[in-house]
Amino acid sequence: MAASGIAATPPGSPPSSPPGPASPPPGLRVIAPPRQGTRSWPLIDRLGYWACWAAGISLCAIAIAIVVYMFVQGLSALSLHLLVTSPAATLQQSQSGGFLDPLEGTFVITAVGIAIAAPLGVAIAVWLSEYGNDSPLARAVESAIEMIAGVPSVVLAIFGLLVFSQSFLGFLSESTSSGNATGKSFLTAGAIMALLALPLVVAATREGLAQLPGRMREASFGLGKTRATTIRHVLLPSVRSNVAEGVVLGMGRIIGDTAIIVILLGGTLKTEPAGNVPVLGLLRGTGSTLTNYVYYNSPAGEGNSHEKAYAAAFVLMIIVLVLNFAVVRIAAGRRRSDDIGGSWWRLAGGRGLIRTLRPAQEPRT
Amino acid sequence: MSPVKPIRRIAVDREPNVVEPAPGANGGGAAATAARPSASARLRAARPAVGDVRERMKVESVWLAYGENWVVRDVSLPVRQGEVLALIGASGSGKTTLLRSLNRLTEITAGGARAGAITLDGEEIHELEVNTLRRRVSMVFQQPNPFPMSIYDNVAYSLAEQSPPRGRRRRRHNAEIDHAVRDALTRAGLYDEVAGDLDRSALRLSGGQQQRLCIARALAAKPEVLLLDEPCSALDPISTATIEDLIVGLRESVAIVIVTHNLQQAFRVADHVAFMHLGELVEYGPAEQVFDRPAAQRTREYIGGAFG
Repeated sequence: MAASGIAATPPGSPPSSPPGPASPPPGLRVIAPPRQGTRSWPLIDRLGYWACWAAGISLCAIAIAIVVYMFVQGLSALSLHLLVTSPAATLQQSQSGGFLDPLEGTFVITAVGIAIAAPLGVAIAVWLSEYGNDSPLARAVESAIEMIAGVPSVVLAIFGLLVFSQSFLGFLSESTSSGNATGKSFLTAGAIMALLALPLVVAATREGLAQLPGRMREASFGLGKTRATTIRHVLLPSVRSNVAEGVVLGMGRIIGDTAIIVILLGGTLKTEPAGNVPVLGLLRGTGSTLTNYVYYNSPAGEGNSHEKAYAAAFVLMIIVLVLNFAVVRIAAGRRRSDDIGGSWWRLAGGRGLIRTLRPAQEPRT
Repeated sequence: MSPVKPIRRIAVDREPNVVEPAPGANGGGAAATAARPSASARLRAARPAVGDVRERMKVESVWLAYGENWVVRDVSLPVRQGEVLALIGASGSGKTTLLRSLNRLTEITAGGARAGAITLDGEEIHELEVNTLRRRVSMVFQQPNPFPMSIYDNVAYSLAEQSPPRGRRRRRHNAEIDHAVRDALTRAGLYDEVAGDLDRSALRLSGGQQQRLCIARALAAKPEVLLLDEPCSALDPISTATIEDLIVGLRESVAIVIVTHNLQQAFRVADHVAFMHLGELVEYGPAEQVFDRPAAQRTREYIGGAFG
């Protein structure tokens, strides 16, 4: 064929021509659009405009105030000692210890909650967008998720206490002398926490799946792959960053919740395992988290030690800020990166973080 | 020219549709027209004759519908290995629907229905297991649609029946898979360009390379029929030429059906051409005959308009 000679050059290589000037010559007048003022507007419009402006500025001011205040108060109260000692039940401030246990509790409860919410949420999202086909059942599932997302966490917590104190669910917590279960443990609180994170994971995953072009599925079906294979090997790997984003958002929800902790984690500041089995004992036992600790030590609580409350709140804020930062990085990474063949870690902002630390390094090609 | 082809009515219409009867003789059309080169034959590439032309698929009085709307009406066509069949016609003439029905992709669309028989090697495709059928009758789409994986994984994905081999290390030590991937890429004419880095993301290839990767992916499943739905409509002329060469070269080992809006392209690659209009098959015959001496008035108008 005549064209085969031409085709030897790799297609897509741009034609080589000398580059033209990068900016117009100095003599040329550059016309900029006139700056729009509000002077010519009617008074009511101007008032509205300035009200919007003021609202935005005050929100910024509040955000900055929170961060600065917590920074100053928290950082001055925070010490390594607080981070590595367990709380003790005494009114003597100097002996009431630090918040090692609540810090651990925060991580444990988040892990339990996400371990339940992530697989469940992804499964629900996949079913809704790949199998549901807007059937009545799919719409019912959607409404149910929206409802759970709207229920205040304290209501979920009370419901959880009701369910998990049934005697046949005693293996999740400790049994009381009357034969019922206490219903209070890392497992029960984590299970209810999962309900908080679930809608976020579902929403993020569904959004990702909805954005995948139909031709990606078609391509896989056209190769004789089943729907299940397509989901497992093409669709899910493509929405990993969405799943990661949903999971991180869910973690933020779990870490920040207090009501469920107060009602379902037992209200003991120290982590108190049930029984001697290493991991299971911890999970069945009671404890506390940072939110709980802040409440307890705030002027409203019993501990009445503001300094420690500020220090714990500061640590809590740092954790949540890091999570928010991770969400932003994941979303930005998804927009920028077309390389979805990597690991979960790379997608979960790992590569973005590395690139931030070493901006000079070229991205992998 | 071989003896005058009989004209078969396939629809009650203002004027007859012209369809060559399914020939028993091997490569009757191409051989006959080669004897009488026409002016436009210069456009056509000198192509190696394919010895063994045999019928693989048969479309018999097929009607296709989306919901209530019958978009393909009473079409009969043979699909033969060793030749390229081009489906041409205006937008909305049902060519793509017909093409997609050949590996039952029309079933994905809600309301897709069919009447009439489509057979693959004598077996009704509806009786075959759908995923087996789609491995035997593979599809390349209009928009290049590589998966967001590496080049290697894209091809390896279609090698296995369902799940591709897991784990990079295990794959790399599996010489059989490695060979099959490289072979498919070579057949699609892409290997030399990407051999340096098969782990590169497929999405970083140029459009033409992506489309050839899609062809490689389709070929890796060792299909018997390859369906191409306007494979070059999103590509530049150089990539298009590469892919056309590829199509002509592949036709010996797989039966190829190509849908195209580009009449020159149909003429360059096809051995037989089917012209469809508003769901009907208006004319079917050897490419040179359809383009040089169209028998039906509507074919003449369509081709005449397009060629100016």
